[in-house]
Amino acid sequence: MGLFNNLQLPFAQHALLACTIVAVTCGLIGPFVIMRGMSFAVHGMSELAFTGAAAGLLVAGNAPAGALCGALVVALLIGTLGDRESDRDSSIGVILAGGLGLGVLLLSFYHGFATAATNILFGDLFGVSNSQLILLLVIGITVIIAIVAIYRPLFFASVDTEVAAARGVPERILSIAFLMVLAFTVTGAAQVVGTLLVLSLAIAPAAAARRFSSSPLAIAGLSILIALVAADGGLIASLQFPSIKPTVFVTGISFFVYIVSRIIGPAIKNRQNRALQLEEVVN
Amino acid sequence: MLRNQRAWRAGTDGGLHGDEVVRLDNATLSFGRHRLWDSLTFSLKKGEFLAVLGPNGAGKTTLLKVLLGLQPLSSGKVEVLNRAPRRGSSKIGYIPQQRKFDSQSPVRGRDLVRLGIDGHRPGVPLPAVTTRSRVDAAIRSVGAETYANAPLGKLSGGEQQRLRIAQAVAGDPAILLCDEPLLSLDPASQDAVASLIDARRVAAGTAVVFVTHEINPVLPYVDSVVYLVDGQWAVGTPEQVFTSERLSELYGIPVVAARLGDRIEVVTSHGGALMDLMDEEKCRLLSAMENEGHRGPV
Repeated sequence: MGLFNNLQLPFAQHALLACTIVAVTCGLIGPFVIMRGMSFAVHGMSELAFTGAAAGLLVAGNAPAGALCGALVVALLIGTLGDRESDRDSSIGVILAGGLGLGVLLLSFYHGFATAATNILFGDLFGVSNSQLILLLVIGITVIIAIVAIYRPLFFASVDTEVAAARGVPERILSIAFLMVLAFTVTGAAQVVGTLLVLSLAIAPAAAARRFSSSPLAIAGLSILIALVAADGGLIASLQFPSIKPTVFVTGISFFVYIVSRIIGPAIKNRQNRALQLEEVVN
Repeated sequence: MLRNQRAWRAGTDGGLHGDEVVRLDNATLSFGRHRLWDSLTFSLKKGEFLAVLGPNGAGKTTLLKVLLGLQPLSSGKVEVLNRAPRRGSSKIGYIPQQRKFDSQSPVRGRDLVRLGIDGHRPGVPLPAVTTRSRVDAAIRSVGAETYANAPLGKLSGGEQQRLRIAQAVAGDPAILLCDEPLLSLDPASQDAVASLIDARRVAAGTAVVFVTHEINPVLPYVDSVVYLVDGQWAVGTPEQVFTSERLSELYGIPVVAARLGDRIEVVTSHGGALMDLMDEEKCRLLSAMENEGHRGPV
């Protein structure tokens, strides 16, 4: 009863919409992040989104716009500095550390340091304003359109690089496009779970989905579904227990689903394979 | 240079070009000061099986990259299907050097095969009836029906390689480029994979360029051979290239090539010891010892 009333409130509806957009985009990009071994790149981007958010707050009082700029800058830096896979992790590590230090410096100039820092690092779901919601919507729609447009060649280049290159798939352009898409997604996710915990929506659902199935489309669908359960479920739970930040529930749910996937995933996968093989024999 | 080179050139230059699908004319490729091959000249006709041999680093894979349009020549001319090679031609099927798929790889054999048909197109791979039947036909043609829906990472090297062939032929190519497709396979799988590739050649008139360390598994199918060694090359039929004289010239050390039944054995005779010529390291060792005046079994 209380929950239903809470969901009537504008701030709760804003939050729910924000969670849903973010969950769909994170669930969509997650499988690609894992396939391309870019978990650390995502983490680096979100840390630098913190720096961007601090700068945005200080200069224009707009943290999300600053976060987007920060993430895009990192995307460009990774695209140019960390071209070779062996270089990438170390470049990201260096950029991440330097950027985070800068962010702390910027925030120390800001009034109300503590709250601002907590909100950026751990999310500020109930503080989503109308304009931020519109930004999130634009980001979400852009990400979905971009991923749908490049889905097949990106998948090809990610699982089967040599043959994709032979078939004329432009890996370089795709990888830069994907970095841009990541930057947008990370900015959105940072709003919900905070820059420190972006991986709980960008990686965990896809990592769990991979344990349940081997079909690429099923993995994409499951990844989105798990992200939705974690984000929306986390929000609803925090409406029930207002003293605890939604971030805690979101990360808790996605972590729990991942643990479950590690325990029962292999059995489900094996059953699927056996069923498919039987089907082939019958055919 | 080498006598048969000229004979081969004379043979192709005099003939008709209508059936030619690949043609290299004085193709030279250098990286910095290192010359990979010099004035390489050969042609390949529709339905022909060409084996490309040579030690590691002789430029076998790079030759495939040239034909794929991924690597420009330093000088000379290359034509694929009567035009300069271009990236992403749908007329070329490609089987890359075998790299086993990770056991958690989120892709099944069926998905890999489908990528060979429409993986380069934008959009989402939605289920489609015509694509599905093409995928099924390609899977049937390599006998992979029973494991095509299993995760690729769980399959054996031989099974993965069959699906690679299905992927390469699913796009109905006129030329099949294979980069060491037999590497790290057991002998039975080697025979199966080689005969599947040849079956495609016979059924569809597909020209095959087959890079390999080892001629024997493909010897029954081979029409011609390109043998690359350290900037030198020889082109011709297996009988023309695999002679003691030609190979000694190529490697710069005494080599004996002999046909034993349906196999060709290539060995250096040195103090009574025999060794496999394909092993570059041993070759180097041998010639180093020769220079130092050592004698005896290696």
